[in-house]
Amino acid sequence: MSLSTQRRALELSGALDTALAEAASVRGQGLWQDARRRLHANFTARWSLRFLLVLTFVALLAPLWPLPSPMALELAEVPQAPRFIPPWLPGWKHRVTLHFHLTEPVESRELLFRADSALAGIVTLATRVQPEVFHGSVEGRLETIEVALPYREEFDPQRGSNIEELVRTQLAGKIENGRLLLRNGGAVALAYAGVTAQNGYWELNRIDQLLLDLRYNLFQFHQTNSWLGTDAKGRDLLARVVWGSRVSLQVAVAAALVSLVIGVVWGSVAGWLGGWVDTLMMRVVDVLYSIPFLFVVIFVITILSQYRAELAENFGIGHLTAFFAVLGMVTWLSMARVVRGQVIALKHQDFVAAARLLGASHTRILWTHLLPNCLGVVIVYLTLTIPSVMLFEAFLSFLGLGVEPPRVSWGLLASDSLEALNPLATTWWLVLWPALAMGSTLLALNALGDGLRDALDPKLRS
Amino acid sequence: MIRFLARRFLWFGVAVLAVVTVSFFLMRSVRGGPFSTERALHPAIEHNLAARYHLDWPLWKQYLQYIGPLNLDEGRARLLGGDGSDLFGGVLSGDLGPSYRYRDYTVNAILAQSLPVSIALGALALSWALLLGVAAGIASALLRGGALDAVVRLTATIGIALPNFVLAGLLIVALCFTSTWLPPAGWGRLEHLVLPAFVLGAPFAAYVARLTRSGVLEVLSQDYVRTAVAKGMPPRIVVFRHVLRGALLPVVSYMGPAAAGVLTGSLVVEKIFAIPGTGTHFVNSALNRDYTLAMGVTLLYTVLVYTLNLVVDVAYTLLDPRISLDEA
Repeated sequence: MSLSTQRRALELSGALDTALAEAASVRGQGLWQDARRRLHANFTARWSLRFLLVLTFVALLAPLWPLPSPMALELAEVPQAPRFIPPWLPGWKHRVTLHFHLTEPVESRELLFRADSALAGIVTLATRVQPEVFHGSVEGRLETIEVALPYREEFDPQRGSNIEELVRTQLAGKIENGRLLLRNGGAVALAYAGVTAQNGYWELNRIDQLLLDLRYNLFQFHQTNSWLGTDAKGRDLLARVVWGSRVSLQVAVAAALVSLVIGVVWGSVAGWLGGWVDTLMMRVVDVLYSIPFLFVVIFVITILSQYRAELAENFGIGHLTAFFAVLGMVTWLSMARVVRGQVIALKHQDFVAAARLLGASHTRILWTHLLPNCLGVVIVYLTLTIPSVMLFEAFLSFLGLGVEPPRVSWGLLASDSLEALNPLATTWWLVLWPALAMGSTLLALNALGDGLRDALDPKLRS
Repeated sequence: MIRFLARRFLWFGVAVLAVVTVSFFLMRSVRGGPFSTERALHPAIEHNLAARYHLDWPLWKQYLQYIGPLNLDEGRARLLGGDGSDLFGGVLSGDLGPSYRYRDYTVNAILAQSLPVSIALGALALSWALLLGVAAGIASALLRGGALDAVVRLTATIGIALPNFVLAGLLIVALCFTSTWLPPAGWGRLEHLVLPAFVLGAPFAAYVARLTRSGVLEVLSQDYVRTAVAKGMPPRIVVFRHVLRGALLPVVSYMGPAAAGVLTGSLVVEKIFAIPGTGTHFVNSALNRDYTLAMGVTLLYTVLVYTLNLVVDVAYTLLDPRISLDEA
């Protein structure tokens, strides 16, 4: 072999190497990578996704945030007018309330106020915290004096506080024959009636309770002021919007699960088997489709609410769970149709025939060959189903048929805001903030759905 | 065509029967019956009530009485009810029975009173949605890429996303309380209709605008439009005669779902604006456990939606000769 040919061979192999290296560096793009890239390139979809992720984060960790209570606190006897409190002023706090029962009518207002300050003094001595005093009346008659402390674990008798004993000891020296003796003469007949601690939440599940404990440990009893104002019952609007978003989230998850499980199975089985099974199954979908669902759902919810006790006792199904299940029923129809169409389009393709020739079973073909190919459509339809179901929930809660107080959802907020509206005091913030929350979430979901549809559409592939 | 219609009616019958049957048995399965209240009734009154509404019959007989054109009553209702009418001919003969909560009213009477209100509201909402949506869609497509197009597209996106009760709240604050241009609630005068109809139609106007825009854009690139322009037709005639006919097909097929949506939306809108329509009655009946009324409205709306969808399908074939109903 001459020197030149050797060199040529070397050059060639070098060229081959570079070519090979080049080839190795080129990556084929799968559908999903491509979709991700295109979704990322879509400005609106990208920001919608980020917004939704932040919303989910905030909603999931709702008990952790140092927000005021989303629940009505039974404090003042006069319902609070909704206030648009400037953000720098403090709002309502969670409370521990000591109740005193007035056993006889108080003779004068002056005496009452002196009794108030005496009780406040006693409580301050026992707890070293300055309390607020409220009066409770039944049918216009003054019945109770309530001494309220900010909620702290050390005052909560359910968490082992001895606040009652402390107050009783302090009281013992000042009460004679059931009358509280006041410093400058005079007495008020009253009896200690017990203590209630409102930590400001409905019954939470264990994880939420843990988050709430974590919150108390992190922030003690600091909390935000009422940044978005309060509603007609003095409840903090921001807290209600945040806690309300959880219901929307739950509904989204429930709807997604039902339409995934029932819709996908129904549609794929109908599409794959074909023939009379397909006709029958799709006829069922058609019949259900032609019924105006909101009406049927309302009807079913009304009936279900009659069985609330039975459902809770025998099956452990709460009202909320039943509500979500009923909502889920509505969502799977269009999913079933779409999946069926996709399966029919796919099932005559060569790769399915190949799988069949190799002896794959029906379930295997469906599960490993057809359904992954439907995934794009399924995802797109999920993102389109979820906003409509959220809307549906808001609708029902708005009508008073969905989530019930003290829990809160965006639909309830909207209906509360409309109830509070009156020509004398325009409570615009009650309307505006929930509207913004709901509108931007639905907008983001729609935008994300559109973006996903474009991203997963192979025809638009660049 | 006839075969198609016959088939549709057959399935329609199945749907209605399914709704009636399921809701009947749900209704009757409720513990304590429809008349259980907190106050205990005298046994004699209870007996009479049960007899008047046939609650003492076995379930199958009640069901037959409820659906059937057969009257199994044998004049009992007349004797006990004392209002001289042959109560309750059954759903199939168009009698939806007595209301359980409104004394002396039949469901038919309540519907006859309230349906015109709801239909007036719904029709107004749909027609303005169509008018505004189509106009905005055409303008936005013809001026594609311009400022107007951007505004229309943005408004449409927001309009689709915003629930009608949210829109209602915002508009009430702005138009009824901040400025006092419109009444916030009520029924009877023309200005009472403006806000509810606007709110009810808004999402549909948004959707129609979108559909029209994409329809017009698609048709504009067709050969026959180019031919029409090339032979010197005035643009106005091209748009109205050539483009619109093709471009509005998706809008026509959307009218079925839109009508259903308007009926659904009217539940909330009627409640907000205190309009005495069928939606208000339905919500109240659901809250008051007035089962016959709730079921009557459900049935009526099922029939309405189905009929509207059918009309839309037939109109579709008339507009587009390429589509035949019998193949579907």
